[in-house]
Amino acid sequence: MDDTILEMRRITKTFPGVTALQDVSLAVRRGEIRAICGENGAGKSTLMKVLSGVHPTGSYDGEIVFDGRPVHFRGIRDSESHGIVIIHQELALVPHLSIAENLFLGNERRGLGGLIDWNRANADAADLLASVGLHENPVTPVIQLGVGKQQLVEIAKALSKKVRLLILDEPTAALNDVDSAHLLDLLRRLRERGITCILISHKLNEVTAIADSTTVIRDGRTVETLAMASGAVAQERIIRGMVGRDLDSFYPDRVSSPGEEVLRIENWSVRHPTQDRLVVDGVSLDVRAGEVVGIAGLMGAGRTELAMSVFGRSYGRDVRGRLFVRGREVRVHTVAQAIGHGIAYVTEDRKRFGLNLIDDVRRNVSAAALGRLARLGWVNGNEEIEVAERSRREMNIKTTSVMAVVGKLSGGNQQKVVLSKWLFTSPDVLILDEPTRGIDVGAKFEIYTIVNRLVAAGKAVILISSELPELLGMCDRIYTLAAGRITGQVSVVEATQEYLMDLMTKDKERVG
Amino acid sequence: MTSVKTSSAPAPQPTGKTPGVALHTGTSDLRALVLNNLRQSGIYVALVVIVALFAVLTDGVSLSPGNITNIVLQYSYILVLAIGMVIVIIGGHIDLSVGSVVALTGAVSAVLVIREGYPWWVGILAALAVGVVVGAWHGFWVAYAGIPAFIVTLAGMLLFRGLTLRVLDNISLSPFPADYQQVAAGFLNGLLGGQGFDVFTLLIGAVAVAGYVVSGFRTRVARVRYQQPVESFPLFVARVAVVGAVIMYFAWQLAHARGLPIVLIVLAVLVLVYGLLTRRTVFGRQVYAIGGNLSAATLSGVKVRTVNFWMFVNMGFLAAVAGVIYSSRSNGAQPAAGNMFELDAIAAAFIGGAAVTGGVGTVVGAVVGGLIMAVMSNGMQLMGVDQSVQSVVKGLVLLVAVAFDVYNKRRAGTAR
Repeated sequence: MDDTILEMRRITKTFPGVTALQDVSLAVRRGEIRAICGENGAGKSTLMKVLSGVHPTGSYDGEIVFDGRPVHFRGIRDSESHGIVIIHQELALVPHLSIAENLFLGNERRGLGGLIDWNRANADAADLLASVGLHENPVTPVIQLGVGKQQLVEIAKALSKKVRLLILDEPTAALNDVDSAHLLDLLRRLRERGITCILISHKLNEVTAIADSTTVIRDGRTVETLAMASGAVAQERIIRGMVGRDLDSFYPDRVSSPGEEVLRIENWSVRHPTQDRLVVDGVSLDVRAGEVVGIAGLMGAGRTELAMSVFGRSYGRDVRGRLFVRGREVRVHTVAQAIGHGIAYVTEDRKRFGLNLIDDVRRNVSAAALGRLARLGWVNGNEEIEVAERSRREMNIKTTSVMAVVGKLSGGNQQKVVLSKWLFTSPDVLILDEPTRGIDVGAKFEIYTIVNRLVAAGKAVILISSELPELLGMCDRIYTLAAGRITGQVSVVEATQEYLMDLMTKDKERVG
Repeated sequence: MTSVKTSSAPAPQPTGKTPGVALHTGTSDLRALVLNNLRQSGIYVALVVIVALFAVLTDGVSLSPGNITNIVLQYSYILVLAIGMVIVIIGGHIDLSVGSVVALTGAVSAVLVIREGYPWWVGILAALAVGVVVGAWHGFWVAYAGIPAFIVTLAGMLLFRGLTLRVLDNISLSPFPADYQQVAAGFLNGLLGGQGFDVFTLLIGAVAVAGYVVSGFRTRVARVRYQQPVESFPLFVARVAVVGAVIMYFAWQLAHARGLPIVLIVLAVLVLVYGLLTRRTVFGRQVYAIGGNLSAATLSGVKVRTVNFWMFVNMGFLAAVAGVIYSSRSNGAQPAAGNMFELDAIAAAFIGGAAVTGGVGTVVGAVVGGLIMAVMSNGMQLMGVDQSVQSVVKGLVLLVAVAFDVYNKRRAGTAR
């Protein structure tokens, strides 16, 4: 008897300049819960997008066999008609519509004359909600539900589509412990009903608790598939698979000589802007002149939220904690104040938060410190060009002219423009959030070299990165962050990828 | 700082073009230049084509001294509004209320000057003050209360129309005393004499040309010194010569009519001041930054609220200037004054190359966009084209202009 429901064979998916997946193969047994683990950017989500038809057939190489037959999905509707439903991390519910309306969106319960039969819809909705253990009135607007309950609505919606293979992408990332436990319970019950489930998760304790087997993906390749029966596989085993990458000599050398403390935060807490939960929870850390301090954490750990809330409260609400610059407590409630105190934040999302893509290099470079080029409100255009040209030389920004539109530069050069912009504010502390995301190897090396140069000049750098080798190669000290809390502080000479990953996947119980 | 060590990274490229002989440098590839600046140059080409078209269609009447003077007098207030509107649009907002504000400020002025008998300048100052207060009202709701400008100014459109009716007690007021009428109907002429033409007007035209040449030359010198690309020297000369000739022709025609309209002086000063304000001041640059990428501007320390607030205060002020000009030209205040002016001003800004999504646009572009509409309306009126056809044509021109903009942007997007 063939009990394999899904087989993906030698899937290769490339984006311009990047190979996201390389010969990935995956076989899932009928009725099992399969976990997929890997670092940020390892290719988990891309694989699931290939499976669900978001990346349509033809845009990748390889073969997908579902239920014994080769399938070619051209879109998400195709895969759903086969009973493959994916639930993304960002829930896809319409907030102001009711539970029932959301459940049957695009799949409405029709009655006489094609009109929607709301009685039937609400009755069906009530049945579906009961099957996922959610006791809510189907006419309740989704916005009134917590994230945990919304997650259940999503699963109920999947059930309404006669789901046979349910894919969950980080379903518990935004949930509290009670809701998480409830969700895992539900997955077990679905398994009893014969529904196969693929679970993408960073929470290894959940994976070991619930999965029948675990596939580890690293750098776009399948590393191994571990049978998890009776909890024989320890979290450490999975971690080893996730990080087993060689630390090459890719990182330029730097002599470390930390000086005075430049920035310190104490007991820093931030609440989510709309939900009632702490995204950053009692974090304390410090960084000294001439030092690179790393922050390691998985998706949803609160790294960017921490950085942006420090940078003039650009994220969240109810920001609490104390901030010290050179030993003196300061009030930093706006970005302008942050810049005034010598703090610079280089965003992880340069296109959304870092650059005015329709404007030229020159004006992007000067954007954060235009006042330095101005007298009585008048900008000195010639000096501005000079500043931009100097940045172009020092950063080796490859552009035909500083008058060229930034949106047309490559990712690496855009990143150099963002860095130039912040260096022109003459900061003492640079918070670099994923500074090498999505840029090629040569540009990465250049960015590392620039960082080392800044540190040698006495700047303090906080480096947030998903790439553990990058942190190990660049930092003096590394803090690990999990679920908004600092779970460890490691000197780079003692740190290994396994040790960091262990700290990054620690949940509250294990922290104690 | 020292230079980047690039032992294993790609070698640095040359950082700029080697400066050639002082001024005789740059590209003379006309096609590349035109294509690169299509967005800006397209609008000038369009203006020239439309002017030429109507000159032919009206047997040159549209270019007669009297008619050119008329166009200036008749559409100046739209151009003033367009200047404020393009700034608001660059910032990513819109102002639907300016027509009502024109009416209100004109009404306040009329009540003070006509009904209460105050001198002309009291009326003007009061109108400007009302405009600033109205702008601050809009600015408060948009910037500090976070209400979309579309809603705030739609409410303002109704609100200030209502206040206009209240101020005027639902009746028209006229006429203004002669000195108030000078604002829109006055001319500076005869100051230096002349036989059948006004020497003073020609002199001002010559000064304008000289200013254009000098500033263009200085910009070019600075660009070359900072190793920035410039057009080739012959091309530069040709451009300056063409623009100079156009200005002098314009001045010549005015000099043969009634001389230099005061409104034109006001308009020229506004274009100059706001052109500099948008391009050369911190405030202007922050407007572009906010419209281009609000999040990035916020994270760059731009005080978004303050900038938004003053954007609307300025719009209110310019609406008041337009209100004064309009009341002076129509020699009174009417409850329905300024109706639909906002749409003309918005159309001028978009025809002039402003982007619907914000972050793009120029004051000069908006004024040229306004002139295109003015020349079209005027030309069609001269030809006796029916009002309905005029409206259809204007609507199509606006649509095509924005479609061109969207197409341009999409092309730029795919080139990325």
